[in-house]
Order: sequence, then structure tokens, then C-alpha cells
Amino acid sequence: MQLNDWLIMKQELLLVAIILGILVVWLWKEPSNEAWINGMNLVLFFNIIGGLWDFNYGTLFGESFLVTPLILAEKTILNLAVWIIALFSYDWCKKANNLPEFYLLLITSLLGMFLMLSSQNILLFFLGLEMSSLPLAAAAGFDFGRRHSPEAAMKLVISSAFSSALLLFGISWLYGLTGTLDFSGLITHIGHSPLSILAFLLILSGFAFKISAVPFHLWTADVYQGAPTAVTAFLSVVSKSAIFMVMIPVLYQTFEEQIDIWYPGLIILALASILIANFFAIKQLNLKRLLAFSSIAQVGFLLIALAAHTQEGATSVLFFLLIYLFSNLAAFGVVSVLSAQYGIEEISDLSGMYRTHPFLSWILTIALFSLAGIPPTAGFFGKFFLLLSGSSGGNYWVIGIAAANMVISLYYYLRVVKTIFLNQPVQSLPQHTLSFSVKFALLFCAVGIVLIGFFGFLYEHLFQLLTGIN
Amino acid sequence: MPNLYTILTILLFPLVSFLLLGLTSRRIPKNLAGLFATAMMLISTGASLMVAFNYFTLAPATGHAGNFETIFRFPWLVFNEKLSIDVCIVIDPLTIMMLVVVTFVSAMVHIFSLSYMKGEERFTTYFAFLGLFTFSMLGLVLAGNLFQIYICWELVGVSSFLLIGYYFTKPSAIAAAKKAFIVTRFADLGFLIGILVLSYYGESLDIATLLQRLGNSSDGRFQSASAASFLGLSALAWGLLLVFVGGAGKSAMFPLHIWLPDAMEGPTPVSALIHAATMVVAGVFLVARLFGMFILLPDVMSVITFIGLFSASFAAVIACTQTDIKRILAYSTMSQIGYMMFSLGISNSGDHYLGYTASLFHLFTHAFFKSLLFLGAGAVIHLVHSNEVEKMGGLRKHLPLVHLSFLIACLAIAGVFPLAGFYSKEEILLAAFSANRFVFGVALLTAGLTAFYMFRLYFLIFWGKPADITPHHHGSWLMSIPLLLLTGCTIVVGWLPFGSHISWGGITHHSTINWLFSAAPLGISAFGIAIAYIKYARPSDRTSSSDSAQNWLYRAAFKKFYIDELYLWITHSILTPLVARPFAWFDRNIVDGLIHVVADGVASCYYLFRKMQSGKLQDYLLYFMGGIAAWMIFFFYLWK
Repeated sequence: MQLNDWLIMKQELLLVAIILGILVVWLWKEPSNEAWINGMNLVLFFNIIGGLWDFNYGTLFGESFLVTPLILAEKTILNLAVWIIALFSYDWCKKANNLPEFYLLLITSLLGMFLMLSSQNILLFFLGLEMSSLPLAAAAGFDFGRRHSPEAAMKLVISSAFSSALLLFGISWLYGLTGTLDFSGLITHIGHSPLSILAFLLILSGFAFKISAVPFHLWTADVYQGAPTAVTAFLSVVSKSAIFMVMIPVLYQTFEEQIDIWYPGLIILALASILIANFFAIKQLNLKRLLAFSSIAQVGFLLIALAAHTQEGATSVLFFLLIYLFSNLAAFGVVSVLSAQYGIEEISDLSGMYRTHPFLSWILTIALFSLAGIPPTAGFFGKFFLLLSGSSGGNYWVIGIAAANMVISLYYYLRVVKTIFLNQPVQSLPQHTLSFSVKFALLFCAVGIVLIGFFGFLYEHLFQLLTGIN
Repeated sequence: MPNLYTILTILLFPLVSFLLLGLTSRRIPKNLAGLFATAMMLISTGASLMVAFNYFTLAPATGHAGNFETIFRFPWLVFNEKLSIDVCIVIDPLTIMMLVVVTFVSAMVHIFSLSYMKGEERFTTYFAFLGLFTFSMLGLVLAGNLFQIYICWELVGVSSFLLIGYYFTKPSAIAAAKKAFIVTRFADLGFLIGILVLSYYGESLDIATLLQRLGNSSDGRFQSASAASFLGLSALAWGLLLVFVGGAGKSAMFPLHIWLPDAMEGPTPVSALIHAATMVVAGVFLVARLFGMFILLPDVMSVITFIGLFSASFAAVIACTQTDIKRILAYSTMSQIGYMMFSLGISNSGDHYLGYTASLFHLFTHAFFKSLLFLGAGAVIHLVHSNEVEKMGGLRKHLPLVHLSFLIACLAIAGVFPLAGFYSKEEILLAAFSANRFVFGVALLTAGLTAFYMFRLYFLIFWGKPADITPHHHGSWLMSIPLLLLTGCTIVVGWLPFGSHISWGGITHHSTINWLFSAAPLGISAFGIAIAYIKYARPSDRTSSSDSAQNWLYRAAFKKFYIDELYLWITHSILTPLVARPFAWFDRNIVDGLIHVVADGVASCYYLFRKMQSGKLQDYLLYFMGGIAAWMIFFFYLWK
């Protein structure tokens, strides 16, 4: 291989280098947590820049590994999310034991996602998927001092294994039917037999599990609640985004033949997700569980646009993922600070928080407004594009149900805002100065939430990248 | 053609003042804040004087009112090729004249307030609000688009609300602010509908375009707007009448005048700026701005005439009986604006649109002497700490400068030669004489009443039995400067060749004094002054004066002809039980009920599904398998 070929998988190589670097430094000597945090924040930042520095498009390993401008952009978005998570986890990281392991796990998972995104071969795809989910199970149990954390890890690893088994089952059927593992080969050989539908549904259920669409979502709330907030943020933003990014080409190109299956399938998933998640979210008392159900509902909206099977649909999915990244990370960032500093995770504990923590209160409010889709935050524009492209198929009743559920979702988002601003404080939280990295991460997200909606060129750019997707 | 940047300086410096002071109100020292606001306002004033001087002297023939020059245009909201809202700044002689009036009076009020408002806790906020008001008023006169006018119109209303309610710890101030806002908002609803009607038929919101289309009887759009009829009036007439309703609300024309006397709860300099010289003439400005359309509809013009005429005489009668110094001035303002209105209304008949010129001339001169009167009243109130004229008297020794300026302003408003008010009122009367003798007669009588009540006020304050006040040093030189400047203006602005610059239809009017005609107004003014002197100038008559006139007319006028009570009766006895209560019932039971049903339904759905989330992993996996099984059944047996 020549240098140019290596540049194609530069982003993966950078992650490998970081992983090896962590291991070597860890062997050499034991820096303090503070030094790890600062070092890793810098390294992850340069990882974003480095990935964009000098790259190449093309295929590797006998056309099983592909990098296009679209995939590069998607990987950069994921890199950005991991960097923000690392920044706002400052308080939690400072207290964590064996901190380097935490970074190792997250970055290994990210590497798995990168492989999955670039894979042109269903075996490589499965390897990447597994590589991305197993470390997360370990990471979810990172707070083994807390009762919920190991429980979350167990639930995640068992249900993840279960879904992987079914996915693999589907893949083996597919191989038996077509005799090939390449996506390009599948396109030509996949038929319309009941067996191929069975295989496809098993694969789709694997996806549905990862993005936690109803009824494959039940692990979500328990895991989100139990896992350390940084891991929860990673699960809800990075994992889901990666799966959606993979689903676009897989559904639009590889399984294009099966559109009469996956179009109704996705619509059913979407409506079930939006409705059930909203019913549950209304009654939640724990902030992280609330955000878990909120993210399930958001997935429902994403699925509506994904089902549209148009370039606009794919663009609005990517655009919304970017907005969702900022909104959700801002919300989880605040939760992370609160839970690391005061052990607060219940909504009622936020009563009157505005009086003592105006900055955190405003960030959380902006994030929740964006998640609820209130203009002028970016969440509004994101949802608007999702529903607009989703309506192109002409099924307006789906859009109607989704829009009505946006109103219902306002209730639980605004309930948190009301608790923060209007309720009397039950306990006075001591003042705590935020570290620079947390402040920067939260402000960065807030600015993103406010500005992205107005950045029409971002949408245009994504639209260009997705040319020829269907 | 004026330089765009100069115009932007005039427009934006007050805004800068508002934004800076509003954002940093607690962090900067009060003195600095006041000086900064005043400096910004003085720069704006200087720029507008310069623009006016250049505009009127260097190129005097550039056009008459309504002949717009667009110096800035930016397509703001483009909906389709027919409907687009362009933000634009237009210049015509009317605009230039208004720029001078607004900035000059505002600057005087800023300077006066530096001393008058000293020691107020919200000193900085006060100046910020003044800046906001000035900006919105300037935006209003520069706007080349009805939509823009409407925005600024509402901004003017908001800043007026904020300034009337400035002493928000006083319940009466809050009530007055609410009253002003609600009454003018109510009128603005008419304005908005009027705008929509005009723009629907004119297919544009741009004023120049509208005037071309609807102000031209040979244009097809004009014909279709006049042909469409609703309740006996044409659509165009409805549109213009509704626009006039908006103007009447801001200009306190009968029967929408009830907010103006109460608005005197605001600080006195604010009354000088907003409720005497600038905001209240917005209605006159609006009619003058759209004059090209109004003039084609004689019916609408006569409505304007008679509303204006009635307001002028009605307010004058009430003013004769009031005892609160600021309320007297408020009613006199209403009366003078009535003059301007009916003068606009009669200008389509008679002498070559002389009424148009006369009306705006009166607007111009009135701004100076009325703000002078209010600032003088402010100085008096500052000394006496009361608004009641009963507590004043003999103040000419305490406040010699205020006395002199107040006297000159009273003479001006009474129309005494050679002060500014003489020329403008003379022109209005001349226009009325040539158009309609009835209007002329009422206007002449009202002029007599004006002279009477103004001098009643003057004598009650400055002559008569000296009030027992402790003379101590009051008012600094800062309060004297505006008084002196405004006094100077009150004397000289009448001599300006106003008619040769601001007129309708390109016809210039040269002010020549016709002594034979002037004899009547001068005589009746002198008569009014004489009666006031006999009744109020001597100390002994003070108590008997109010007792002697306790007849029904006096009492009715003193109670402002029970208009406020009428409004209260209408709202309490008719609107509340017949409209408000049913709506409230509907809202409580149907609207809220629906929401409760939906909310309870959603909540019960939760109880339906809650068993799903049992926390047991085996259940979760069962649902997982169930999901796949359901899918399969669906696709293999139900689908297709």
C-alpha cells in the first residue's frame, strides 16, 4: 500500500494511534486524572482537525472499505460529539477510578463505528457494530460503586448480545440466499422471497434495537439511568447517529428492492416510538430517564423522514442528527455536572435551580426548547425539515400524528423548565465554579443550537454530499 | 437629495442611546447616562437641522409633499412578485419638517430633564425610554412603507406606555398607562385593518406606489376599490376611514381622546415631548402622508373635518373648567390638533389646498409653543409640588423667566401678532373661511375660547394671591436653556416661508397678512384675554370665580361631559355581561375542558403501557421477540 492508500483510512488510524498512545502512557507512568483529562481533551480536538487535515477518498481491502466525502463528514460529526462529551465530563472524570480505561472504551467503540460506516461488506459491518457495542457495555458499568451502573451494564450486554444474535441470524440467511457478503452483490442477488423478507426483518430489528425504537427500546431507560452520564450521552448521541448514518445507504441502496417492506416497517416503528415514548416521558421523575424517552421520541421523528426515501429525507435526517447532537449533549452536559457535583438526577431536585445556577439553567432550557422544537432554536428547523420531507410521500396522517405529539412533548420538556425557574427551591445547592472545559462545551452547544437553524448552507452542503443516495 | 448617512445618523443615534442605556442601566453613573443621551440627541438634532437647511435652501424646488425621494431601499420580505415588503426610507418636505420638530423638541426635553429628573432612581431608564420614543417617531416619519409605519406606530405606543407609567409605584400612573395603551391599541386595530384593505386593493404596501394607484382616479385599482361597496361605503372609503381611526386614536380625537388627559401622569417633560409636540400629531402626519388618497373622497374628508372641528371646540370648552395645570394643557393640545385635523379635512375645497399647508404649519408652530408651555408647567410644578392651579398664584416673582416664556407661549397659542401661532392659526382660519363658513364660525369661536382658557391658566398661576411657598433655589441653568430656545422659536418660526416649501399639488402659498381678515381673530382673542383678566387676574375674585359658575354646563364640562363614565358604563354593563362572560365560560368549560380530556387521555395511556417497562430483562427480550413476530405476521399475512 502506498501513502495515499493509508490516507483513506486516516481517521481510523488516528483513533488506533490514540488507543496505543493511551496504553503506552499508562504503562510508562501514572499521570493524575487532571493530566489525563486535559491531555485527552487536546488529543480529541486534534483528532477532529487531524482527520480533516490531509485525507483521501477511495476504497481499500478489495473494495470492502469505502470513504466518500459523505462518510468523512459523518465521521467528523461523531468525532466532534466525542470531544464535546469528553469536555463536559470533566467533573465526573476527576473522581473516576481507572480513568484511562474510560477513554479506551469510548474510543474503541468509536473506532468500531468508523469501520461500520465505511464497510462495504456485511461481515465487516457486523464486526464494526460489535466492536462499537461491547466496549459500551463495559463503560456503562464504569461506576460500579453505584447500584444502578452494573445493572445497566448487564442489561446492555445481554440485550445487545440478543439483538446481535438475531442480526447475525439474518445475515446468515442472507448469505445462504445470495451467496455473497458484499453490499454491492446483495443488491443484485437479493430476491423477494419470504425467506429474504425474514432475513431483512431480522437485520432491521438489529438496527431498531440499536436506535432503541419501540418495541425494541425497553433496555434504553434502565441503561440510560444507570450508566455514567458521559456514557449515556455517548449511547444516545454517538451510537444512534452512527446507526442512522449507516441505515441511510443500507436501506436506500442495498435493500432498495425491499422498500415495500421497510417503508411500512419504519412508519410503524416511528409512530409506535413517538407515541409510547411520549406516554412514558410524561410520567418520568428522573431526568436521565426523561431524556431516554425523549430520545426514543426523537428517533420516531427521524424514522419518518428516513422512510421518505428521498434525497431530502436523507439530508434532513443528517441535519437533524447534527442539531440533535448539540441539543442532547447540552442537556446531558448539564445533567453530568449536576450528578457529578451534587448527585442530583431527579427533576424535583432542580426546583428553583435558576436562583443559584443561572448559567446551567439557561443552557438546559435552551437545550430542552430545541429538543421540543420551539423556534428559533435549531430543533424547530430540524423537526420542520424532518416532517416536511416525511410528508413528501403524501401520508399526511402520519405527519399529523407526529405534529400532535410535538405538542404533547412540550408538556414534559416545559415541566422541567418550570421546575427550574418557577418552583421554590427545596434545598439550596452550594455554589460551584464550573471548570473552563465544561463551560466551553456547554456554550459551544448552546451557540450551535441557536445558530445552526439559520445556517441554511449546512443543509445545502449535506444535500450535495447525499447526491445520488437513492 | 439628503445624504443617506446623515439621515441614518438622525435616525439611529437615539436608538444607540436607548440600547446602550437600556442594556447598562445599572452599571453606568447616572450623570454620564443623561449626558450621553443628551449628546446623542443633540447630534441627531444638528444633523436634522443641517439636512433641513440644505434641503429647503439649496434646492427649494425639489418638490412638494407627497413627491417622494427614496434614499434607501432593501427588499425585506419578498412573498411573491406582487407582494413584497421593502424597508425603505423616503424623504419629502413633510418628512424633513417632522425630523426637525421631533429631534429639536426631543433635544430640548432631554436637556430639561437632566435637571428636572435629577435624583430619580430610574434616571437612566428614563433617558433610555426617551431614546426609544425618539427613534420610533423618527422611524415613523421616515418610513416609506405602510407596514413600516405600523411597526413604528406601535413602537411609539409602547414607549408612550412606558413613559406614562414611569412612576409605576403610583396606581393612577399604572391606570393611565394602561388606558392610553388600550385605547390607542383599539384604534390601531382599525389602522391595521385599514392598511390591509388599502394594500389589498392597491396590491402594494409601498406608500408611493399606493398613492400612484389609489390616489389616481383613472387607475384601474382605484376604480375597483371605489366600486366595491360595503355597508353603503366604498372599500376605499372604508380603508381610509379605518386608517383615520388609527390616526384619531393617537391624535386623541373625539371620541378616542379619553387617554390624553390621564396620560399627564407621566413626568412633565415627557408630556411636553410626547403628549404635546410629537406623538399626538402622528395622526395628522398620517393623514397628510396619505393625503393623495384622502383627497379623492369628499365623504371621508368631511368626516375628518367634523371630527376635528368637534374635538377642537369640545376640548376647548372642557379646558375652561379644569383645575389641573397639565390637564388644561392636555385639553388645549387636543383642541389644537382638532384645528390641524379639520384644516386637512377642508383643504379639498376652497383655496388650492391652503388647508393642507395651514394644518402642517400649525403642527410645526404648535410643537414649539406647546412644548414650551409644558416645560414651563414643569418648572412651576417643580416649585409648587402640585398640579392644582388652586395652590398656585403670584408666581411671577419666583419664576421670572418661566413667567415670561409662559406668557409668550400663551400669546402664541391665543394667536396674537406677531408670534408663531398667529400666522398658522390665521392661515387655518383663512382656509376655513374660503371653504366653509360654518367651520370658520366655530373655529373662530374656539379661538376665542382658547385665548380665554390659556389666560385663565396664566393668570391663575402667575398673578392673583401669592401662594405660600418657600422660595428656595429651584431649577438650574439647564432648565433655562430649553425655555429660552423654545421662546425664541415661538417668536420667529411664524416668519418662515412655510407655504412655499410644504404644500400639496405643487402650489406655493405666500403668507401675506390681510389686516382686514385678521381683525376678527385678533379681536376675539383680545376679548377672551380680557374676560380672563377680569375674572382671574385679581386676587379677590379667586374663590368666587369657581362658585359663580355652578350651572349645569359648567358641571358637565368640568366632568369632561361624562365621556369616561360613558365608556365605563359601556364596558361594565354591556360588554362584560354580553360578550366577556360568555367567552369566559366558553374558555373555561369548552377550551379548557378539551385540554383536560386530552391530558387525561394521554396520562391514562401511560397506565395502559406501563407494565412494559417492568425492569426485568427477560420481559424486555420477550417484547423484542414479540416485536419481530408481530412484524412477520404483519408482512406475511396482513400486508398486501
